[in-house]
This record gives sequence, structure tokens and C-alpha cells, in this order.
Amino acid sequence: MSILVNKNTRVVVQGITGKEGSFHATQCKAYGTKVVAGVTPGKAGQEVDGIPVFNTVLEAVKKTECDTSLIFVPPPFCADAILEAADAGIKLIICITEGIPVNDMVKVKRALRGRDVRLIGPNCPGVITVDEAKIGIMPGFIHKRGVVGVVSRSGTLTYEAVHQLSTLGLGETTCVGIGGDPVNGTGFVDVLPLFEKDPETQAIVMIGEIGGDAEEKAAEFIKQHVKKPVISFIAGITAPPGRRMGHAGAIISGGKGTAAEKMRALESAGVTVVKNPAEIGQAVKKALGR
Amino acid sequence: MNVHEFQAKSLFAQFGVPVPRGKEITSPEAATVWANELDTPVFVVKAQIHAGGRGKAGGVKLTKDKGAVSGLAKELLGKTLVTHQTGPKGRVVRRLLIEEGANIAKELYLSILVDRDTGYPTFIASTEGGMEIEEVAAHTPEKIIKEAIDPAVGFQGHNGRNVAFALGLHQIEPAVLNPFVKLMENLYRLFMEKNAALVEINPLIITKEKTLIALDGKVSFDDNGLFKYPDVQQMRDLNEEEPLEIEATANNLNYVKLDGNIGCMVNGAGLAMATMDVIKLAGSEPANFLDVGGGATKETVAAGFRILLKDPNVKGIFINIFGGIVRCERIAHGVIEAAKEVQMTVPLVVRLQGTNAEEGRKLLAESGLKLEVANDLWEAAQKIVRLTGKAA
Repeated sequence: MSILVNKNTRVVVQGITGKEGSFHATQCKAYGTKVVAGVTPGKAGQEVDGIPVFNTVLEAVKKTECDTSLIFVPPPFCADAILEAADAGIKLIICITEGIPVNDMVKVKRALRGRDVRLIGPNCPGVITVDEAKIGIMPGFIHKRGVVGVVSRSGTLTYEAVHQLSTLGLGETTCVGIGGDPVNGTGFVDVLPLFEKDPETQAIVMIGEIGGDAEEKAAEFIKQHVKKPVISFIAGITAPPGRRMGHAGAIISGGKGTAAEKMRALESAGVTVVKNPAEIGQAVKKALGR
Repeated sequence: MNVHEFQAKSLFAQFGVPVPRGKEITSPEAATVWANELDTPVFVVKAQIHAGGRGKAGGVKLTKDKGAVSGLAKELLGKTLVTHQTGPKGRVVRRLLIEEGANIAKELYLSILVDRDTGYPTFIASTEGGMEIEEVAAHTPEKIIKEAIDPAVGFQGHNGRNVAFALGLHQIEPAVLNPFVKLMENLYRLFMEKNAALVEINPLIITKEKTLIALDGKVSFDDNGLFKYPDVQQMRDLNEEEPLEIEATANNLNYVKLDGNIGCMVNGAGLAMATMDVIKLAGSEPANFLDVGGGATKETVAAGFRILLKDPNVKGIFINIFGGIVRCERIAHGVIEAAKEVQMTVPLVVRLQGTNAEEGRKLLAESGLKLEVANDLWEAAQKIVRLTGKAA
């Protein structure tokens, strides 16, 4: 078992003829993901690594029965691309693009409200179910099939955690990057219940960072609904207030969103909070009694 | 991106939000000319810097004497203001806003920003104008009024009435009730049409003449949305930004200067923050946040090096790369080239992991450069802290 994506997931890559899009479509396919279509308006009939390109997502859905979209479209056109996927009947939209204006995302999030579609990201590394489907930009080879579910606001910091889990022989089930933007599609509280229900996932690693209150909300949820061990690291204990630390969402404003506050909330919910990111793997090992 | 008060107020005026008559002034001579033109009972001379707390720091002067305006301008221009938001170095005042005074009957607070939880643009209002809103929220949360606007339909009259009546405007001054609703609508338009991240009026005053005036104004913009608005881009004041951060932006690097002495260069924002945290855990302080991004090249690494070495506080450099899309051997080439180009005078620890890490480490080891290579994050952090003279 796994969550969100598996070996049967059929992927369409939006923006497939661009530099990023073509590179990663090829990488995902090489990992074993069923990448069945690509979309770039005006480029129908072309192929990228044997993947047929269509003009619209609607056409791709009709011809290939794709159900999941992976988006590399540049920021000015990205809101449109997400809504196009939703309107074409795509059920899972994974948006990698970084730099989408917040107010564009405000409109997208409102438009998706109440509809049977899940958006992951934007500004995220994507989702991987180990040995089944890699739908994103993460390096596949650092993953090892195992028992830990990973959910994270960060990209390379997730790789760091995954590397530790794999090296210690614990391995992962599914890793979900929810992204570093202030307004995104899927939050910790959406992913945690999926891992809680997944029989193969024995422990959950949750990687947060400064800004917003997603970690506090997650802490509340964990207290009520999660029985599996949760191990967490929050990046940015040294970050000064008022400065945006790379991610649009990583900013301490009005004294809110500090790492210390988030760690306190998580600890009080029974989460194992590690202060040193180099010790995430060891903490999971200990929590699993191995 | 932040803008000055006078720029915020010109945007307010553009969108029909009432502001005092005022003008940006950069010399005492211009102050005299403008004071004669303004000809008002009370003149307000306000230092324009990108930081709050100007009043307490002596950056706001009042006078009833038209002839004194130019003297006040002379006093403030070139002065370094230190407020709770500027840091100890303070900010040099390069421009002023000189405007007419107002007869204040009541001070309110009004702002709009995106509520991250709901994803809706949300107004925050309070009867406690003129105070720090964080303080109000912390001590008297019942005095904070929130109103979310559905972006699908935009601002509606009832959104405004909900706030106006909750503030008790019908009791405080019924004459401003409708103008207040209109003002909120205008503020919402400004917020959405210019892709602002925050629009704040503190205080929004009710005058003794029963009108509303935005007495102070703060607008900041979402950097991701700036490409749409050349007029907003032109409001950028590079004097208010850290020179090294400007250089970094020009090189597509994400850099934030901090006060410690270990420079770090990392790929990815989350890992960059975590690297700073690890440096602190190992007993020292990071000199900066620097994310070289997913597409790091030899050139970006070299630019990163130059920026780190320009900070005189930097006593050692820690490069932490987890190769995914970025291949470690490319980073290694970049490090070797950059280190040859710039005069490396401080210890360097390089930690490479992920895609082609071994190849990268080998290149570095054989380069003849004076540097330490590490596999593991904690090991690397301890090494750089030790090399810069502090015990872990």
C-alpha cells in the first residue's frame, strides 16, 4: 500500500516541451512511472522520450485516460494550467512551479474548493511512492521502499531526511512535498490521515519550517487522530523575524510562526521533535523500537 | 518588496482612499517651496525609511510655523534613525514626507492580507488605532475584528458593514459609516489589482470634521507578482536594501544577511535554514542564508562565493549541497574554479551528498585546494565550527 500515487497512476506532464518539463518527464518515466501524455499548447503531434504531446489537457485525458497531472508551466501561466487540469477531470494535480503570485493562488484555491480534485504544491518537489511512481523532481535513487511516510514543506531538506531513513534501512512508503508557498493546495492535516490509514506506513516524518500555522494545526490533528509515531523537524530556529527565508511562506511575521512555537505545539501533541536535522533518521529508528 | 509611506499614500490616493495633502521632499529648499504651497495650520515632517517606530525615534516632527519647516527638514535629512525595526545600525534618512496635520477625533486600525489558513484575502480592523496591532492581538484579542472576502465574488457591501458595525462606527461617528465601507472596497481593489501582500492603515483616523483619513500607510508587495506591475517595480528603493542582497538577487541567488560569522551556501531553502540551525547547534552563528537554487551552476556558485567573502564578519564557509537535480560534480567544479578566482582567506568545509556526490568529493580532494570534505551534515557543521575557532 501507499498513499496518493502508485504504479497504476497515469500521468500527464503540463509544460512537457520546456527544459524542466522534458528533463523530468524523462526521469519520471525512467523510474517506472506511467507517464502517458504531455501537454504544450500548439505542440500536439510531437513526442518527448516517446511520450505523446497534446494541445490541451482535455485532449490528453480523452486519448490517454491520464488521471494525474505534473505541472512545470512558468509562473505567469500556472494558475491557468492548474484550472485547466481540474476542468479536464484530472483528480490529482502536482504543481512543481515556483514563483506563482499569491493572489493567483488565492483564486485557484477558491475555484477548487468543494471539487473532487486535490492540488499538491505549488513550489514543491512532488510525490513519490517508492518503487512504484515518482511524480516530481526528487532524485529517485536516494529512496528505499520501507515503512516511513514523509510529508514536508521543503525540497532538499526532505532528501536529507529520506537519505537518513534509507541509509538506516528503515525506508519510505510515500513522500509528499506540500510546498513552501503561503497558499497551497494540500496541508499537513490533509496528508496525515492518509498515512494514519495506510497499513504499510508505521511511522510518519513531518518536516516543517517557520511561517504560518500549518504545524500548529497539524499538532492539534495529531493529538486527536494519529496513533502512529510522528517525528518532526522544524527548520528556521535561527531565522530572524520579518525576513523571508527563500520560500514565500517561510517568514515570521507579527511574532507568529516561530520555530520554537511550532516545536512546543508538536511536543505537547506527543510528537518527537528533533532539534538537529542530522538526527531525524535515528529518532525514527528509536520510535519504531529498532 | 516594501515601499515608503509616501508611495503607499500615492497608491491610496490613486484608489480613492483619502490621505492628507503631502509631498516627497529631498532637500530643505524644496521643503520651503512646498511649505508655502501647502499653507496649513500644522505641518508634519516625516522621515521616510522602511521601518516602523519612526515617531519614537524622533523621525516625525510637527510645527505650526511655516518658516520652521525647512529647518526641520535639514535636521532630519541625512540623520541616522535607529528604531526597533532597523537594528542597531539604523537607517539614513534620504527623503521626507511633508504633509498637512489633521484634527484627530478617533484612531482606528485597518489592514488587509491573505489569511494563509483559508486562502482568503482578509481584513483586520480594530478600534485600537495607533498601537502595535500585534500587541492588541496579544493582550485584547476581543478587540480584533476579522472579515474574509470571497475572491470569487470580490468585496461586497455586507463585508464592509460587518466591520463597520463591529467597530461601533454607528455609535462613534455615524457620518463615516458609508465612507468607511467605500474605503474598504477601495482598499480591497488596491490589494488585488496590485498584487499586494499587505496593505495597512495605522492609524486610520476619524477627524473632528467627521471625515476619514489614512494618516499612515504601509504597503508591501508579493515579489512573485512584481513582474506584472512595472509601476510598482519602479517604487523599489535600493538604498533601503542590503547591498549584498541586491548583488545576490542580480545573480539569481536567494541571500539574507545575518549577524554570525559562518557563511553558508546551500541548495534549497529548507535545507539552507536547517544548515543555519545546525551551525548554531554546533556552537556558532550563521552569517547568512544563501540558497543557490535547484539549477545551481558553476557561475552561481562563484557568485555565491564572492558575496560570502565580501561580508567582513565571515570567518569560515560551509557549503552544503544535497544533489538532486543539481549534480555534485558540477558544484565541485564551481567551487574549484571560484576558489581559484577569489582569494580564499578563510577555512572552507564542503559537504556533498546525493547525485554524483562521490565524484564531486573526489574532484575536491584532488584539486589541491585547502578545504575539508565531509559526508555527513553534523560532521560538517562541527568541522567548520572547530576551524573557525569555537568549540562544538
